[in-house]
Amino acid sequence: MKKLSLLGLGAGLIAAVAFSAAPAQAESTLDIVKKRGHLRCQIGTPAPGFYNLKKDGSWVGSDVAVCRAVAAAIFDDPNKVEFQSVTSTVRFTALANGESDFLSRTTTWTLYRDTQLGLTFTTVNFYDGQGFMVPKDSGINSALDLKGATVCVLTGTTTELNLTDFSRTNKLDIQPVVFEDSNVRNETYLKGGCDAITNDKSGLASNKAGFPDPGAHTILPETISKEPLGPMVRKGDGQWFDIVRWTVFALVAAEEMGINQGNVASLAANPTSPEMARMLGKEGDLDKGLGLPKDWVVRVIGAVGNYGEIYGKYMGSKSPDGIGIARAGSQNDLWTKGGLMYAPPFR
Amino acid sequence: MAVADKGLSGASAGSSILNDERYRSVFYQIVVFGLIAWTGYYLIANTANNLQSRGMSVGLDFLSGEAGFSIAWSLLEFKPNDSYFWVYLIGITNTLIVSFIAIILTTILGFFVGIMRLSSNWLVSNLAGWYVEILRNTPLLLQIIFWYLGVFSLLPRPKQSLDFGGAELFFLNNRGFYMPKAVPGELFWITVIAILVAIAGAIYLTHRSNRIQEATGEYHSAFWPSLALLIGLPLAVFFASGSPLGFEIPALKGFNFRGGGRIPPAMCALLIALVIYHSSYAGEMVRAGIMSVSHGQTEASYSLGLKPSWTMRLVIIPQAMRAIIPPMISLWMNVVKNSSLAIAIGYPDIVSVFMQTSLNQSGHAIEIVAMVMLFYMTVSLSISAALNVYNKHVQLKER
Repeated sequence: MKKLSLLGLGAGLIAAVAFSAAPAQAESTLDIVKKRGHLRCQIGTPAPGFYNLKKDGSWVGSDVAVCRAVAAAIFDDPNKVEFQSVTSTVRFTALANGESDFLSRTTTWTLYRDTQLGLTFTTVNFYDGQGFMVPKDSGINSALDLKGATVCVLTGTTTELNLTDFSRTNKLDIQPVVFEDSNVRNETYLKGGCDAITNDKSGLASNKAGFPDPGAHTILPETISKEPLGPMVRKGDGQWFDIVRWTVFALVAAEEMGINQGNVASLAANPTSPEMARMLGKEGDLDKGLGLPKDWVVRVIGAVGNYGEIYGKYMGSKSPDGIGIARAGSQNDLWTKGGLMYAPPFR
Repeated sequence: MAVADKGLSGASAGSSILNDERYRSVFYQIVVFGLIAWTGYYLIANTANNLQSRGMSVGLDFLSGEAGFSIAWSLLEFKPNDSYFWVYLIGITNTLIVSFIAIILTTILGFFVGIMRLSSNWLVSNLAGWYVEILRNTPLLLQIIFWYLGVFSLLPRPKQSLDFGGAELFFLNNRGFYMPKAVPGELFWITVIAILVAIAGAIYLTHRSNRIQEATGEYHSAFWPSLALLIGLPLAVFFASGSPLGFEIPALKGFNFRGGGRIPPAMCALLIALVIYHSSYAGEMVRAGIMSVSHGQTEASYSLGLKPSWTMRLVIIPQAMRAIIPPMISLWMNVVKNSSLAIAIGYPDIVSVFMQTSLNQSGHAIEIVAMVMLFYMTVSLSISAALNVYNKHVQLKER
C-alpha cells in the first residue's frame, strides 16, 4: 500500500541518517567512485525528454546524458552508471545521505535548496518556466482569464507554491487540486475535473504529446516562474562539484566551438584554435585540478555529443524520443544566438 | 510455596545481589530500561549530529514559517500565508473527518452485511456473500481510483450541474457536491444549549425506563418521549429566540459555484471507497461473531417466547460483541491509516498537504515524517485504548 511504503520510506530515511556515521572526510567522492567502478546517479521516474526508459530497459534523456557524460569523463564508458530512479520527495535526503554521487533530476535551483539542505547546485542545464495548459474550446487565451478556476497540479515540486503566488498576485482565487500521480491528474483534466493543468512548460509539452488528441489543448503564453534546472552535489567536496559543473560546461562549450560527436576525434588530433586545444587536452594542463585524465572532454563529447546534439535528441521535435520544445531563440539556445547557455572560458 | 522460596533465597545470604530473587528482577529491568534509553538517546543525538555536519538545518523552527501554498479543501479556514503548523492541523482535521465518517458508516454497513450473510433467505445471503468476496479481493487503491475516475469524474461539468429537487439549493457536478451553508446568527448559542439539554434529557429517560424495567419488570419504551424531547425542545427554543440562522446559497459564478458548502469529488470517492472496502471486512467479523454464539442461545430465547428480532438484539448481538470488538479495533485503525491513500486522487489529507507539499517546500524531511508518524500512532493508540475499554465492558461478566 502506498501509505505503508511512504511511512516505511520515512522510517528508512530516519534510520539511514540515524545509524550512518558522518561521511569520512578524507576520501574524496572521485576516489570513492573510482574504487567502486561505477557512478551512482539519481534521476526521476520516467518522464519523456529528461529521463525515459527505452524498450530495452536503458535510460535516455537530457538529464540522463549528464550522468553518462560524467561517467564517460571518469571511466571513458558512458554505461558505467547505476541509475537511481527516485521520487521528488526523497531526492534531497537520498543525495545528502550519500546514496548517490549526484542528482540530475529536473531540480529547480533556489536559494533555500542551495543553502539549507547541505547540497549545492552546480550549474543550469535547462531553463524552464511554469505555464498553463487548457482545452482549446475553453476560450481561455491568457492565464489571467483563470479567475476562480480549478487547476490540477502535481505535488512535490515548486509548482504548487508558484501557482498560489500567481493567484495571490493577480487576485485570481485559483483552487488547486493536488495529485501525486500524473496519470490520475491527466485523466481528471481530460474529463473536465479541472479547468487547466499547470506544470513546467517542458512537462506540459511532454504531457500534451501523450494526450489522445494533442491538437485540442493549448499552452497559454504566460510563464509564471523561473525554473532553472540543474545537477546537484553534496556540499564539502569542491573537486567533485567542479567535475560535474565543468562537464556540463564542456557540453555547452563544445557546441559553441562546433565540436560534435562525429568530429571530436579528428579535432582532438588537429585542433583549430588554442582554446580548443586546451579543452581537448592537446595543450596545457586544465585536467589537473579536476583529477581527470587529459582527454576527458574528448571522452564526454564522444560518448554523448555536445549540448545541442543532446537537446535535439531528447527535447526537440525531430527525433522520436524528443518532446517537441523549440530551441531557436529560447533561453536554452547558445548565448551567441540570444539564449542563456554560456560556458566560462576553458583556460 | 512462595514463602518457602523466600526463606531459601534469604538463607543464601552473603552471595551477590544478582542471586537474590527480590532484587534480581528489579536489577534486570533497570538494565533493560537503561539500554533502551541509551539507544534512543544515541539515535536522536547521532541524527542531529549527522544533519548538522551535513549543513542541513534541523529543528522545528520551520513550523512557524509561512507555508505559501493553498489547500484545495479544508474543514478549518486556510490562507496561503498561514504557518506550516497550521498546515499540519489542517491535514489532521481533513484526515480525521474522513476517517471518522468512514468508521461510522463502515461499522453500520458492516453489521448489515454480516447479518444479511446469515439470513436464511437464499438471495439475501448470496448477495451479501458476493459483496464481500468481490470487494475484499480487489486492492483499495484500485477501488479509490475507480470511484474517482470512473464515477465522480464523469459527472456533468459545473455549467450542466444536476440540481437536486429543482430548488436551486443542492447541486452535483464534477467539482463536488454543493449545498447551502448554515450561517449561525448571534443568538444561535441558545439553541445549541437546548440541543445539549435535550440529549441529556433523552439519556435520563432511557436510564429511568431501564431502571423501572429492572425493578418492576414493566417495560415502558422511552423511545417516543426521547425523540419528542430531542426534536421539540431545540425547535421551540430556536423559534423562540427568533430563528437566528441564515443560509448561504451556492451560485454559479465564472468557472465554478461560489458560496455555500462543498464536498469535493475526491472526498466523496475516498469516503465511498473506504466504507465499501472496509465494510466487507466488518461484515465478516460480525458474521464470525454471531456464529460464535452457540445455537442453543437462540433456541433458549425462542422457547422463552422472544421474537426473532428481539433474540438477535437482546441475546445474540450482546454475546457476539466480545468476539467482534477485538478485530474491529484493528479494522478501525486500518480505516484511518488507509485514508492516506487519498493522495492518489488529490484529497488534501495529512500525507498530501504535510508529508508531500510541506516536505517539498521546507525540505525538513525527517521532522515532518516523524510528525506524521506520531499523528498516525496517536490516533491508532487512542482508538485501541477506547475500544479496549468498551471491550472490557462487553466481555462476559462472571458473577
